[in-house]
Amino acid sequence: MTAVPPTLPTSLDADASHDIQRVGRLSRAERRAIAVKGKLSSPWASAIAIIIAILWTVPSIGLLVTSFRPAIDIRSSGWWTVWTDPQFTLDNYDDVLFGSADLASFFVNSIVITLPAVVIPISIALLASYAFAWIDFKGRNLLFVAVFALQIVPIQITLIPLLSAYVDAEINGTFWTVWLSHSIFALPLAIFLLHNFMKEIPASLIEAARMDGAGHVKIFFQVLLPLLVPAIASFAIFQFLWVWNDLLVGLTFANQDSRPLTVAVADLAGTRGNAWHLLTAGAFVSMIVPLIVFLALQRYFVRGLLAGSVKG
Amino acid sequence: MTSSRLSVKRRALAAVAGGASLAIVLTACSSGGSGDDESSSGGEASSIDCAPYEEFGDIDGTKVHVYTSIVDPEGATMQASFEPFTECTGVEIDYEASREFEAQLLVRVKAGNAPDIAFLPQPGLLQTIVRDTGTIVPAPESVAKNVDEFFEPTWKDYGTVDGVFYAAPMDANVKSYVWYSPAAFADGGYEIPETWDDLIALSEQYSEDNDGALPWCAGVESGDATGWPGTDWVEDMMLRTAGPDVYDQWYTHEIPFNDPQVVTAFDTAGEVLKDPAMVNAGLGGVDSIATTPWTEAGIGLLDGTCFLHRAANFYQTQFPEGTDVSEDGEVYAFYLPTNQTDIKPVEVGGTFAAAFNDRPEVQAFQTYISSADWANAKAKATPNGGWVNANLQLDPENLATEFDRLSASILTDENSIVRFDASDLMPGAVGAGTFWTGIVNWLTGQSTQEVVDQIEASWPTS
Amino acid sequence: MDFFTSPETTAEKLGLMVFAMLLFVVVMGGLLFAVDKPKRVPRWVVALCFVGPAVLLVVGGLVYPGILTIISSFKNKTGAEWVGLDNYVTAFTTDQFQIVLRNTALWVVLVPIVSTFIGLVYAVLVDRTRFEKLAKALVFLPMAISMVGASIIWKFVYEYRPDQPGIQQTGLLNQLLVWLGLEPQQFLINQPTNTLFLIAVMVWIQTGFAMTILSAAIKAIPDDIVEAARLDGLHGVGMFRYITVPSIRPALVVVVTTIAMGTLKVFDIVRTMTGGQFGTSVVANEFYTQSFRLANEGLGAALAVILFILVIPIVVYNVRQLRLSEEVR
Repeated sequence: MTAVPPTLPTSLDADASHDIQRVGRLSRAERRAIAVKGKLSSPWASAIAIIIAILWTVPSIGLLVTSFRPAIDIRSSGWWTVWTDPQFTLDNYDDVLFGSADLASFFVNSIVITLPAVVIPISIALLASYAFAWIDFKGRNLLFVAVFALQIVPIQITLIPLLSAYVDAEINGTFWTVWLSHSIFALPLAIFLLHNFMKEIPASLIEAARMDGAGHVKIFFQVLLPLLVPAIASFAIFQFLWVWNDLLVGLTFANQDSRPLTVAVADLAGTRGNAWHLLTAGAFVSMIVPLIVFLALQRYFVRGLLAGSVKG
Repeated sequence: MTSSRLSVKRRALAAVAGGASLAIVLTACSSGGSGDDESSSGGEASSIDCAPYEEFGDIDGTKVHVYTSIVDPEGATMQASFEPFTECTGVEIDYEASREFEAQLLVRVKAGNAPDIAFLPQPGLLQTIVRDTGTIVPAPESVAKNVDEFFEPTWKDYGTVDGVFYAAPMDANVKSYVWYSPAAFADGGYEIPETWDDLIALSEQYSEDNDGALPWCAGVESGDATGWPGTDWVEDMMLRTAGPDVYDQWYTHEIPFNDPQVVTAFDTAGEVLKDPAMVNAGLGGVDSIATTPWTEAGIGLLDGTCFLHRAANFYQTQFPEGTDVSEDGEVYAFYLPTNQTDIKPVEVGGTFAAAFNDRPEVQAFQTYISSADWANAKAKATPNGGWVNANLQLDPENLATEFDRLSASILTDENSIVRFDASDLMPGAVGAGTFWTGIVNWLTGQSTQEVVDQIEASWPTS
Repeated sequence: MDFFTSPETTAEKLGLMVFAMLLFVVVMGGLLFAVDKPKRVPRWVVALCFVGPAVLLVVGGLVYPGILTIISSFKNKTGAEWVGLDNYVTAFTTDQFQIVLRNTALWVVLVPIVSTFIGLVYAVLVDRTRFEKLAKALVFLPMAISMVGASIIWKFVYEYRPDQPGIQQTGLLNQLLVWLGLEPQQFLINQPTNTLFLIAVMVWIQTGFAMTILSAAIKAIPDDIVEAARLDGLHGVGMFRYITVPSIRPALVVVVTTIAMGTLKVFDIVRTMTGGQFGTSVVANEFYTQSFRLANEGLGAALAVILFILVIPIVVYNVRQLRLSEEVR
């Protein structure tokens, strides 16, 4: 382990701090496990948990099963009848992936739209929420409340003014406007949530760094950012899901060549809205990436938004 | 890069002398421009007379942006029908379709990002955009000339707002149809009814012959447009009980919505829609009409759970692929009959092409889609059928199916009194709002008088 | 220029994406580097660099459209004439809009409370069990589904078919009723319960959000508190009521607030499932309908302003929480 100045836990190198956390948590977990033993053995508690899990899963299973059923069956019988009368087909997927819809090409657009639309607003929001939390300036609280309250501005009312501005600037229909719009819409909530996490960091840490002569930029990058990684990752997952699943922004600001998967999937229903069999498959295709992202990054949720790593 | 591709195309065009199919042009493009393949062209399918577009000057290499609600698979046939135009002029059609078209179009227009051309599915939307935003440009002389030549005057009226002609008709739908199963008719020995009274008698006969089975099926659920199939019923009845003249007064609000004649039309539709002995075959009670998706309501014709289903010609695309739609096939439709002996009222719907720009290539394209050339090209580009328009020079031979030919013949029949779907002509607040909700309320229990009073109260005052 | 405005190939698109992110990093980095001189740069300049980009974006992208909306709420449908409070009078006095306001109130009360409650209970129940990861993934799943997907999923739950020989239910809920020997229901038609069935969809989606955030908060409760409580004889419900809930109160406030804000804005569920028919419309959906389908800009704007006003209590409550936490420090 490298030399550790007692007042600056952040100068621990990342691996070492991991180890410490992990050791701490393991023993904590063990102790806590004993503490909650009574709760687990209660059959009622288990039953409630299982019921909730089933309720939350069954509708999606219905979609999954349906997406493999022939179009005519979808209309005439419920998806659960497949247990007694299994009729499966890959036609729906074949159609949406390789037919005229060609969803595969929209995958790229969704990815190109989503990554910057996650990175940019979170970076800007991090800086802003740091200022709201730890830089003392005039009108700070008022400004923060104002930004927070902007969460309520519905995206719909911004469509026309923003699009007009983009048209005037002759940048409409590019990825740039889509990124910019997503960033704008994400900011109020991002600042609100990240600010809350920032506030949880003990003031003593910041003070100590200040005493050492560190400026705000240094404190932000060296003290706060490492501690906030799980929180940022968690929020990034949410932002990823929201952007990936967005329909309205893609519909309004993207053009033919840049439109995301959701817009393409919505059109699968057909001009007269009768192609349910394609929609089910399309919806499932569009879910794959979010699911992978969630499963891959789930440990950040489990570790917690702050995981109490700096407390106690 | 763009310019080199175009010059290749131009060379290829010169080589095939304007008479070859697009396939050759494409081959020429990809193989570097050796388009000496004319002999095997068979390009007759899409060759048209290019002369009408010469007056627009050198528009080769320009683009026209089209925005519409017609998505695939119908969108693909639409795009294919524009290919002869592209061959003639070198103008590329940038086709963009979305199911969110109606709301998005208003957003774009107001933001100054209007497309060059929009295919408006209803004249009401044309009026709204013209009167509220003034962004639609009047149709050029060449389009007006085409429409005068190829369409009945009624169609031009629907593309006209406050005396100025803006939009040429494109697609047309025939709404006054009753779908039935020819096999079921043959089994029961039933005849196609000639009058409304015959139709009701037939329904009762069927019920009697089949232990009280319900003859009619219906459904008006359609997402955020739920109710519209019901408005078609009422409009058809309006044409049949009050006549075309009163019908015109009705949607222009010269008579109030709660006029007794409107009540009569509702109640006549109610003879079927609100009678538990008539509906809702295979689907539930009267109130199930409100929640049954219109796309699925008539499917019961195929398995015999339903006997009669009133729906437009485009309902044929709802039947599963491979269904035999013909006079002695699995399903077919007959004209919704009337007791009027002197006229044959037909309720229609349709799409209109409005332009937001008067660049020459846009006007050339407008001219093309209002021509008989386009109508025939579209007919040929739709091999599975399900498309007609009201162009008088649309050659029935080019239409893919027997049923499309029937629709075209109804549209161009001299005895037909064609009237556009009234809900598409009323102010949006009524025609795409309270009329729809009124239908739902009416089907789920409210009396006719209550419903028409509510709709009348919602009619915009200005 | 083509590359920047209209990339065509996949490689170009991905390249543009990487370029955009790098550009952003360079600009922001340069900005911060410039002010990273403690003492010499005045504090307000530092604050400006931190807050500036965010404020600039929200002022241009949210405040400006918001003000435009407030102005047009006092104008007629085309925005050409001033009509005073007419649009507000219409919004508050017409039966149709009263139902809309009532529904919105129902949504904004029920969705945050129910989804937070279920999310919290579930988070506590699965905390530190063997299947925790899987159990959380299952409840989180709906978050990964787009609204289009969700509306299809729930169509297969609520779908109604009459109970007749030869007709099979295609909706799960009605099939359950039929198996139990009951009449199938038209869940989305029957007022006023249909609104509750729409709310259930939103709860289904938002519970995963509540669960993940609250679960993290629960894990952060210091062990000594838990142990002390246990020694005092607290178990199960008692532990939940007196230790867990008070300890994670800040997280609860955040979750409830976030979900409430999201709920006020929700319109896709209503729009895709009922289109706002059958008395299920909410303010956000009605705004969309009035502004973009019916071209009634003034009324749409008035509805949006009502939405702003509805959120004031939530903002006030959060400001008080903020003050409280300042005092604690």
